[in-house]
Amino acid sequence: MIAGLAAPLIIMLLYSFWRQDGPNVDTTLTTFNYEYALTKYRPIFIRSLWISGLVTLATVLLAYPIAYYVAFHVKRYKFIWLILLTIPFWTSYLLRVFAWRIILAREGVVNGTLQGVGLIDEPINWLLFSDFAIVLTLAHAWAAFAILPIYVSLEKVDRTLLEAAADLGDGAVRSFWRVTFPLSLPGVISAITLVFVPTIGDYVTPDLVGGPRGGMIAKMVYNNFKASDWPLAAATAILSMVFVAFVAFFLIQAIRLSVRSVK
Amino acid sequence: MSRPLKKVGERSVGITIFAFAYLFFLYAPMLVLPLFSFADQTIFRFPIEKFSTKWYEEIVERPEMLRALWNSLQVGLVASLSATLLGLLAAKAITRYAMPGKTLALGLISLPLFIPEVLLGLALLIILNVVGIPLSLMTIAAGHVMLCTPFAMAVLVARMDGFDKSLEEASLDLGESGWMTFWRVTFPLIAPAVVSSLLLTFIVSFDEFLLAFFLQGNEMTLPLYIWGQLRFPSNFPPVLALGTCILVASCALVVFAEWLRQVGTPGDKPQVGV
Repeated sequence: MIAGLAAPLIIMLLYSFWRQDGPNVDTTLTTFNYEYALTKYRPIFIRSLWISGLVTLATVLLAYPIAYYVAFHVKRYKFIWLILLTIPFWTSYLLRVFAWRIILAREGVVNGTLQGVGLIDEPINWLLFSDFAIVLTLAHAWAAFAILPIYVSLEKVDRTLLEAAADLGDGAVRSFWRVTFPLSLPGVISAITLVFVPTIGDYVTPDLVGGPRGGMIAKMVYNNFKASDWPLAAATAILSMVFVAFVAFFLIQAIRLSVRSVK
Repeated sequence: MSRPLKKVGERSVGITIFAFAYLFFLYAPMLVLPLFSFADQTIFRFPIEKFSTKWYEEIVERPEMLRALWNSLQVGLVASLSATLLGLLAAKAITRYAMPGKTLALGLISLPLFIPEVLLGLALLIILNVVGIPLSLMTIAAGHVMLCTPFAMAVLVARMDGFDKSLEEASLDLGESGWMTFWRVTFPLIAPAVVSSLLLTFIVSFDEFLLAFFLQGNEMTLPLYIWGQLRFPSNFPPVLALGTCILVASCALVVFAEWLRQVGTPGDKPQVGV
């Protein structure tokens, strides 16, 4: 099993240092693919990281209050809430993305409703085939990956600490920022990782709701693969992984540091 | 004293409203699909003017779609059985044996959760090509096994960690062999988790698109078929009808799987109380 996983990755790493030469692969080691991908795809890399960053921010910001609600306010039906929050994640991803297309389209549910009520005269055009649509759809798709880790860390927070904070005169808001939030940070950090990493590699959503210039890095990988330039595709994929790891690492460090300074 | 109490009350109204608004956001797309599957129109326009069940009747007139469905069922079955078996072995190794490099092994098995799928797909494709295995439904299933094993392992480890190890020790002390102990003591205890793992991994595989996209041979799975039909909106309503049926079925499966995972879980964790 372990070999089954490691071997493909190692061979792909090797491939990324080779070069496609017509129908053959030239096996002399070269960094050509990396140089090429870094110059040619730089805007797309930056764009992908930016969009994934926005998605992560939106997902975690929306997920935190709901995780907080279930952990601290729901008393009896926690189990049902958790199931309710995870069910959408298990249903067909393609169909969910398609549903967002129906909702956001020019003649879709949102525009149809707003026009029917008379709030707008002209349909809103930026709803679909826009970065907004990508962020919304992905924030919806990965919600469970953010809610669950945050919920678990909030559930672990020792309630007596909150009582202590209240006894010592902290108000609700202050005790949240000084006790609950720092303690829930491990959950927030795993939520960030679990959302940021896969969204960078997402192919379906940018393609379906992102419009003509919506393509992200996965599309470049796939295009190169389709154009039979596997070494370049491999190099692009590896670069994206490296960038993701890099950005995620710094993001997490930054959050840790900023919280420490608050304390 | 009344002041802070009142404050808490106000705050919980706000957050409760948010919670329900969020649920609506989560479920909006899942309500839209069934709604439009009953719409008597080929353009997805809202509000819907006329309703009918004709798209459901058309499901059977799409042999390609049914074939893709059948393929997906086969792939899902192979993937979920293999992933659960591997997950079971991994869970047993992790919870029962002191093994050198345990953390590393655990990390590697969980790796597919942390690698962008596009990278995994490409890596698998390259190695299949190097080894010379032709692409088919089975290569898709193999990819799905990798993706599903971490899920299976997570479900099973939780269960195996949860029950009393002295039960197994007692059985061994009383002279049962290791295998019989597993079969007669361990397995019945973890059976709910095994079923839950089978269901969840089946759903993951059944819905998986990107790996299948890379690893497909001549045969399509259902997500690949749906992807192809997305380009032709006028062909799409029957897909929506079938999708609605699958939606209902998978919701039922998930609720059942989760219920199994929780039911009788030992320990005093209040959050899992049924």
